Amino acid sequence: MNKAISITVWSAVVILGMAAFLAVAVRRGEPINALWLVIVATCCYAIGYRFYSKFISAKILALDALRATPAERLENGRDFVVTNKWVVFGHHFAAIAGPGPLVGPVLAAQFGYLPGTLWILVGAVLGGCVQDFVILLLSVRRDGKSLTEMARDETGRVGGFVAYAAVIAILIILLAVVALIVVNALKSSPWGTFTIAMTIPIALLMGIYLRRVRPGKVLEASTLGFLLVMLAIVGGRWISQNPHLAGIFTLSATTLALLIILYGFAASALPVWLLLAPRDYLSTFVKLGTIALLALGIGFLRPTLHMPAFTRFIDGTGPVFAGKIFPFVFITIACGAVSGFHSLISSGTTPKLIAHETETRLVGYGAMLAESAVAVMAIIAASVLQPGVYFAINSPAGIVGEAPQTAATTISSWGFPVTASEMESLARSVGEEKLFNRTGGAPAFAVGMANIFSRSLGGQALMAIWYHFAIMFEALFILTVLDAGTRVARFMLQDAFRHLYPPLGRTSWYPSIFFTSGLVVALWGYFLWQGVKDPLGGFNSLWPLFGIANQLLATVALCVATTIIIKMHRAKYALVTFLPLAWLVSVTFTASWHKIFDPAPRIGFLAQARLLAAGPASPANARLIFNNRLDAVVTAVLILMVSVVVIESTRVWVGVLLGTRESRVNESPFVATKLAVQERA
Amino acid sequence: MRTISKSVRIVASLLASALREIFDESAYRRFLVREQLANSRESYARFCRERVHSISNRPRCC
Repeated sequence: MNKAISITVWSAVVILGMAAFLAVAVRRGEPINALWLVIVATCCYAIGYRFYSKFISAKILALDALRATPAERLENGRDFVVTNKWVVFGHHFAAIAGPGPLVGPVLAAQFGYLPGTLWILVGAVLGGCVQDFVILLLSVRRDGKSLTEMARDETGRVGGFVAYAAVIAILIILLAVVALIVVNALKSSPWGTFTIAMTIPIALLMGIYLRRVRPGKVLEASTLGFLLVMLAIVGGRWISQNPHLAGIFTLSATTLALLIILYGFAASALPVWLLLAPRDYLSTFVKLGTIALLALGIGFLRPTLHMPAFTRFIDGTGPVFAGKIFPFVFITIACGAVSGFHSLISSGTTPKLIAHETETRLVGYGAMLAESAVAVMAIIAASVLQPGVYFAINSPAGIVGEAPQTAATTISSWGFPVTASEMESLARSVGEEKLFNRTGGAPAFAVGMANIFSRSLGGQALMAIWYHFAIMFEALFILTVLDAGTRVARFMLQDAFRHLYPPLGRTSWYPSIFFTSGLVVALWGYFLWQGVKDPLGGFNSLWPLFGIANQLLATVALCVATTIIIKMHRAKYALVTFLPLAWLVSVTFTASWHKIFDPAPRIGFLAQARLLAAGPASPANARLIFNNRLDAVVTAVLILMVSVVVIESTRVWVGVLLGTRESRVNESPFVATKLAVQERA
Repeated sequence: MRTISKSVRIVASLLASALREIFDESAYRRFLVREQLANSRESYARFCRERVHSISNRPRCC
């Protein structure tokens, strides 16, 4: 009877999902309701979780509820702690959900809502979730080892070294990109700049409150911090209306870039308890609340998508970033579908909290599904805007022109009507001077989010408050990524430099702190500066570079996973990780080829350098030529490094399959769990 | 009705536990138990010192 009910329910889910999918995919020329996307996504996630992740659990990983996890065997009350599965789920989701799944889908909406949505769903269910789940379980079976350690153990020293170098490279590029998002969101915006500037003293205040006034009451301090931030948002309006104060907080992109570089250095060198930890708590608090609020807003409002399913820009001539739908939609979506960065979390803190192996399915596969749902919400937020408005916000001045009238005429000529007065009135309603050329995805997402929120709560009168709330929400956790990322990269460099000069490895030795922090900040600061000075807005070159680096890290993670699956004598099921790996290799290698060698100057770095070299000689031109050549070299080095891992892994696979290489996996020995007995008692 | 209120209580307590874990309040409580200390500025400062490496080494994803 139960089986009959189950079959009926799941058949209904499949039929509903297919019907909604047809509605989304087939309807052309008329706006559709966002609810269709929500239904397709929910059905895909339910089917993927119920059937695919269960298949992986049973047939490939053979999850063993009787095997003790490192949290149980090595419990020390610090890193290794047996924790409730839903608590670990929350912890893992809070760590993996960053700005990427919000920004990537907004940028990818230039192709229309359909390509991005399809990749977010298919990529997550068949690729991203699988990667996170498999790496988490493999790490649990290896005492919580990191990805780089597993790469070294299973594919050899070269694999370990490349994974290590790839992590540093992706961190540097990631930090530059997220800093550029903040710069573009805050330039010429006194309200936004004031609000974000205020989060620094608020975080410091929280740090002191936690340390001196109410030790350890983090939730209390975070609530207080949140209220103060809300006050700063309201105060920002007053600042923006005061001519003198507005002048102080109206900053150019270059000034903001310099301030963020200085901030990054200070945050990396200051004690953790004073700035980093409180800001991290505050950002997580705001992030979890806002994502839940956005989901509720979309659910209640069921907004109409004005963006068509496909736009003319699938041919590669898009203003937001250049490049055809293949491979650039996959590179641009990045974290919303597959994120190499997640493999660092799945092999970092999370495996040390898992109580039972069987819970890795919920935490690894399930949390990535939740992140993918965030990406779907972002694409909905971008697609509820009128396409003309979307392109007016996201197109750089170098493409559409700086004057509002010129930009509006250019965008309208593409078939997406918009007028300068319409944009002016929209800018006024969100409390900004102008919304043209606000590249980077964050302002477009904030307008979309404010649109959804204001229609649910407060009406047009609160549009400006919601817009700045959205900007604060994005900037707050982008700055958290910046703080934490700079510090993590600093530790990694200190760890590497200790082989050259041992005192440099001492994490509390100030000369070492200043040297390594300065180096990390200089590296991402250079790319940030390059992005700020880029006449095409910076995102055209930096976001694809970030996407390529992120997907290459996923390639390394999937190489490790495939190697271990083959070594576990489950080669016939290795396609589960091999197919996403093969897809990512084809996507990233094609994208890299285009970014380096494509003859179109807006796509190929070398073609852009050649075009600039043919123009008038000037110091600014010389710098742009150098930057483009540097980007080409960075892309080539990344591809070369990952090629080495792929080749090394292939050698291991062939050796194991032919029987010429030992197929020993480096798992910790089996120890029976005592938790099941304790829980029953 | 009782089943619903019981389910709500379970969900609320799980949510509170997740928040306490994410925000390190549980970690601090475990620290106090392990070190047999009372809550004080000094104890929290010691906890922060002990956690400094794991907190500052915790990457935040993109």
